[in-house]
Amino acid sequence: MRAILLIGAIFAIVVAPMAAPWLQFVLTMAIAKGLAALGVAVLLRAGMISIGHAMFFAASAYGVAFLARGGVSDFGLLLVLSVAITGLAGAVVGAFLIRYRAIFFAMLNLAVSMVFYALFAKLYGVTGGTDGMTIPVPTMFGIVLSEPTFKAILFYGSVALMVVVGLAVHRYLDSPLGHALSAVHTNEVRLEYLGVPVWAVLLVAYIVSAVLAGLGGAIAGFAIGRVVPDFAFWTASGHLVLVAVLGGIGGVPGAFIGAFFLELLHTEAAAFTDAWNLIVGAALIGVIMFLPKGLYGLLTRSEVSAK
Amino acid sequence: MNAIIPLVLDTLSSAALIFFAAVGLTLVFNVLRVLNVAHGSFYSIGAYVAASICAFIVSRHLNPYLSFVALLFSAALVAVVLGPLIESTLIRWTYGKSEAVQILITFGLFLILEDLQRMVFGVQSFYEDTPMRLMGSSSIGGVVYLNYQMFLVAMAVIVVFGLRLLIKHSRLGRLVTAVVADREMAQSIGVDTNKIFILAFSLGVFLAALGGALAVPTSGVAPGLGADTMVLAFAVAAIGGLGQIEGAALAALIVALARVLAIYFVPSLDAVAPYAAMLIVLLVRPYGLFGAITTRRI
Amino acid sequence: MSTSILQVRDLHVEFNGVKAADGVSLDINEGEFLAVIGPNGSGKTTLLNLCTGYVRPKSGSIHLDGRAITGLTPRAITRRGVARAFQIPQLFSDQSVLDNMMLALAAKDGLWTMVRPLAQPARREEATALLDLVGLRDDKNRVSRTLPEGHRKLLDIAVALALKPRLLLLDEPTSGVSTLERFSLMEALMSALRSRNITALFVEHDMDVVARYANRVLVWNAGTVMAQGHPDEVFKDERVLKNVVGVA
Repeated sequence: MRAILLIGAIFAIVVAPMAAPWLQFVLTMAIAKGLAALGVAVLLRAGMISIGHAMFFAASAYGVAFLARGGVSDFGLLLVLSVAITGLAGAVVGAFLIRYRAIFFAMLNLAVSMVFYALFAKLYGVTGGTDGMTIPVPTMFGIVLSEPTFKAILFYGSVALMVVVGLAVHRYLDSPLGHALSAVHTNEVRLEYLGVPVWAVLLVAYIVSAVLAGLGGAIAGFAIGRVVPDFAFWTASGHLVLVAVLGGIGGVPGAFIGAFFLELLHTEAAAFTDAWNLIVGAALIGVIMFLPKGLYGLLTRSEVSAK
Repeated sequence: MNAIIPLVLDTLSSAALIFFAAVGLTLVFNVLRVLNVAHGSFYSIGAYVAASICAFIVSRHLNPYLSFVALLFSAALVAVVLGPLIESTLIRWTYGKSEAVQILITFGLFLILEDLQRMVFGVQSFYEDTPMRLMGSSSIGGVVYLNYQMFLVAMAVIVVFGLRLLIKHSRLGRLVTAVVADREMAQSIGVDTNKIFILAFSLGVFLAALGGALAVPTSGVAPGLGADTMVLAFAVAAIGGLGQIEGAALAALIVALARVLAIYFVPSLDAVAPYAAMLIVLLVRPYGLFGAITTRRI
Repeated sequence: MSTSILQVRDLHVEFNGVKAADGVSLDINEGEFLAVIGPNGSGKTTLLNLCTGYVRPKSGSIHLDGRAITGLTPRAITRRGVARAFQIPQLFSDQSVLDNMMLALAAKDGLWTMVRPLAQPARREEATALLDLVGLRDDKNRVSRTLPEGHRKLLDIAVALALKPRLLLLDEPTSGVSTLERFSLMEALMSALRSRNITALFVEHDMDVVARYANRVLVWNAGTVMAQGHPDEVFKDERVLKNVVGVA
């Protein structure tokens, strides 16, 4: 039943832009942010909140821009290389941050992301400062594409990627390593006493989450055709957290459902208000206070050992 | 020697402002066991309110010395309006819940407050240096410096000793200490913990808003100040050890020194210097200079 | 003469000036079932914390099979074949009973697959068999947080058994278990230990359980080993009777 619903939903996403062409861009962006939010959701399994994951989203989009400037023009190559670079960045940042939990983890992610933001914004000579960098329309297998054709290919490619990556992440979360990740949230002591290296479990999760955010960032960069420092700004990280929390109940599909919901709402709301962060913040508080199931296991306190 | 004096003065005055940003955060954490991610917003709101009131005083040609009163008044105003309101609605709801919930709730509050500031005060920057000009300047060994810088340092020293006095030697301080040591025990002997929490939280808001207000004459206020301050405040609190007030003072000096050295020698790294200081300290001592690791009983 | 698996020599540790272990030496011999008894608060759990690396001694040494394990982490010591069951059960409380067991089995066989699901048929079968052994078969699909305390305790022991240890350290295995179930649990545990060649040390306060099952008793008091020997001899010792049995 669930499978039929999901297949139906994916079919609806595929045909929607045929009826309303403006949806193509909105849905591409929703998938991009859904992938990044899925990365945040992976860490949320371990009870760890990153309020800085937009840095990987931005890093990957900048990666595409730099590679394109350096002469790489193939779409697939750009995507793979920039995501790989982002994964590497995730490994370096993660190696330092996974020592921390709870508030330290959240705040240090924020701090690192603000360093990224400051560097993107201030190194004018390299990154174009707040003007950002353009991302040209790439080629595919040596074929030069027109912009509309590329955007259509990007959209359908993103849908395919969403399905494939979604299944892969689902598989990961259901594997021993994925279960060990959830176990970090409830009882790290027992995990150590099972002989499990908690740091390795977390480092894998952190790299996975950075790669997911990187995939999203690359897609967003291609879709917009430009990358600006705001990609890495902390409010962008906040949106990813909201989507991940919203999707809490739904597992992997939840992150995408949350992303589609929020992206469509954003498009509609933009017409009559610019207080988008206020709405996001209020929604975040509302979900946590009144929709605890959207939070999955977070509301249950981790095992307290009282004697 | 003449090169060292301005460096020392800049470090001290910069440390004073950084200390104000962090001390409320660490104080509130100490008493409430909640790390308020929205803390930086109180700093920027304090700055906006102070800048607006000072601008009003100047535009009406009132006695310019009123602007000093305005700095203190705006901090008190922000604390009285926002402290009890936010503590009793949002923060209180998170007591006893997981840290994850506390982070998400206060982060949501952060997003809301940042947007509200943009809606109320707009996106332009405010500068209002009347108090600084009124104080004039002096010189030590031929080096000219602003008296306002010394005023900031004096204010920070007053706060460090004032808080120490308040916590160690007043009735309220003893109640707070009791609540920190054992919340349930304190409740059972009739301490009104809700009142303590409102007071402590509002005091934290006041200190942050005061920092923001005091920063207006030197650096003004612009959008994004809240987020920058939050991260800076956390860096300082983390270096000092979360919940340690004297630790925060020492950490503020370290961060200020890192920043001033960066400004003097590698200006492009100015924004990154505080984080670099934090990362180095945390690599050596993961929970800060005075922070303790708590092990679970099993 | 049986060989010694674990040798503890002259351990010292203190917390805030209180000596929790003050020159402790002891041996655990292959195949034995060694009981540790002592007054509450005498630091029996600290002994287990020291042996498993959760607490580092100020001085002294611990050897497992002749190799030093002093200062290793709980993880490294666990990987060398020492498993532990806790006084307060340490479970993955949001996960099902079966998942708790399967994760322990996976930790033993190798966690390092991101592709194959945790619930392999063979693993499920092995987990179910262990749950059967401790009498938790009917609870296997419950979320472990919802189990009654006694059953959480049993699950904690089953998780430790799933690691197929050579040496099992049990911290008050029968506390929280009803008097009725106490002996059936101990019978099941003893047969599991024998059939798997597991050596065990258990901290216990129920003297009936100690008298019936222990091969050897070690009396712990104020951070030192006060007496040790066969249960019959130890329970005749005046000092032991006065300090431990009387108040326990």
